[in-house]
Amino acid sequence: MRHDGLSLLDWGCVVIELKQAAYGYGGGALLEGMDLQLTQGSFYFLTGPSGAGKTTLLRLCYADLLPTGGSVEIFGKKSTDMTRDGVAAARQRMGVVHQDCEFLDHLPLEENIALPLTVAGRGMAAGNGDLAELMGWVGLTARKNALPPELSGGERQRAALARAVITDPDVIIADEPTGNIDWEMSQRLLQLLVELNRMGKTILVATHDLSLIRAAKSQISARVLRIAGGQLQSAGSEL
Amino acid sequence: MVGQIFDILKGDSQADRVVPKRGHSVRLTLFTSGAMAFLAVFALAMSLAAGRLADRWSDALARSSTIRISAPAGEMEAQTWAVLEVLEQTPGVESARAMTDAEQRDLLEPWFGPDLPLEDLPIPRLVEVIETAAGYDGEGLRQRLAAEAPGAILDDHTRWRRPLVRAAGRLRALGFVSIGLILASTAAMITLAAGAALAANVKVIRVLRLVGARDTYIARAFVRRFSIRALTGAAVGTAFGTIAIAALPRAQEEGAFLTGLGFSGFEWAMPLVIPILAAVTAFWATRAAALRTLRRLQ
Ligand SMILES: Nc1ncnc2c1ncn2[C@@H]1O[C@H](COP(=O)(O)OP(=O)(O)OP(=O)(O)O)[C@@H](O)[C@H]1O
Ligand SMILES: [Mg+2]
Repeated sequence: MRHDGLSLLDWGCVVIELKQAAYGYGGGALLEGMDLQLTQGSFYFLTGPSGAGKTTLLRLCYADLLPTGGSVEIFGKKSTDMTRDGVAAARQRMGVVHQDCEFLDHLPLEENIALPLTVAGRGMAAGNGDLAELMGWVGLTARKNALPPELSGGERQRAALARAVITDPDVIIADEPTGNIDWEMSQRLLQLLVELNRMGKTILVATHDLSLIRAAKSQISARVLRIAGGQLQSAGSEL
Repeated sequence: MVGQIFDILKGDSQADRVVPKRGHSVRLTLFTSGAMAFLAVFALAMSLAAGRLADRWSDALARSSTIRISAPAGEMEAQTWAVLEVLEQTPGVESARAMTDAEQRDLLEPWFGPDLPLEDLPIPRLVEVIETAAGYDGEGLRQRLAAEAPGAILDDHTRWRRPLVRAAGRLRALGFVSIGLILASTAAMITLAAGAALAANVKVIRVLRLVGARDTYIARAFVRRFSIRALTGAAVGTAFGTIAIAALPRAQEEGAFLTGLGFSGFEWAMPLVIPILAAVTAFWATRAAALRTLRRLQ
């Protein structure tokens, strides 16, 4: 494993930590007593039945939601104590694939994928070589001038993954990144995540796709977490 | 601050693109700032014209008047003393002074030549009256003079201008108040338009935040757009307003207020300030509205 490319974080240090974190939408608690440490350079899968709270847990991890109990620490800071600028700064160090893959519908795909660079003031030019290469890797070179509403579900997911990794972030959080994608393309996307993980990135992927998890585990050591009934369990052995 | 505004106008065009161009709030801004600038040109012209009028009239005023005493040679001395005594007791008179023969000769010389035998002619005696800022009661003084010195005539023709000067001064102030109100309404309108634009772009704002955009970055895209629209609209409005003023018919008659409405000399450059003020106003109004809305859209 390589150690370079890690500027800010040491191998094995905790990048995101949930301590007794709880979350509920209005009524009862959806998630309760969540304890989780994501360490730098590790690869996690999150599974569980639909509606169990996978997306909710991921949103807690990138401060889109704040815990209603306990705490979530992102790069050592509690999300409840962060200013909005602090949240923005933390998100610039993360790449997120959202389950609903939202884009700016008026901008061509290429500019959407470069958006995290643009808003960080790094400009499209900075990552232009990478951008073309990345667009090629996710098979979207031919679609680079398409507007997001013109894309298929799978194309959107591939674009969302490309956007998540364009800034070379420390942490990549992906919510069902292969939901609408054929097996072959899923393997390509997994390959990208595996390579990034080998470069020291922390990866957290929520998925239903057990074959994806198996394929990953054959290449790297990944931990599998499972949410059910509001609780988080380690689910390694049954796979 | 001006540097900040130029940065915004130069802008990073990529940052500008993150907000979609559609939306009537932008056209509204263009139109309103144009109309407001047009009105502001007239308010400015009115202020400047009223100011010129006030200056001209108050120069002529100089707070002095004259009393002319025509009396037979034997009574002249006594009536002059009587007039001075009346003036001494009149409230609102700061000083009064009978002119000497030499001064009167100087005054008459241009008309009658240097060898005027003043002593032999029935020349009236002139008394110069300087009033206080508050002024005296002209009618009361006239009555007392008639009683004490029948040959004395108060000549106070410049005093009637006093209320006009006050009115012109007031008009100038009203012109500036109007410009202030126009700017304030522009700010209010742009605040509403910017608020509407932000509300229409909630999804865009959400996506930008998810990829790590700071509030100031998001606000800047809106601020830039509204400042440029306000500047453009106001420049067009100002141009039309200035042309309209330049096209007003001009008459020779001095002091005619309506024909005096306009700019003179360097004043023609003053409307240039209006689009800049509009842009600065739009900048602050949009920035405040954007940051407030972004704070609310947690
Ligand atoms: N904004 C919301 N307001 C109210 N309830 C919500 C909201 N978002 C999610 N929920 C509810 O919370 C529960 C968990 O949702 P979540 O999206 O986290 O599930 P998930 O595990 O990601 O499911 P899936 O596998 O279908 O994506 C669901 O019952 C859902 O209806
Ligand atoms: Mg989900």
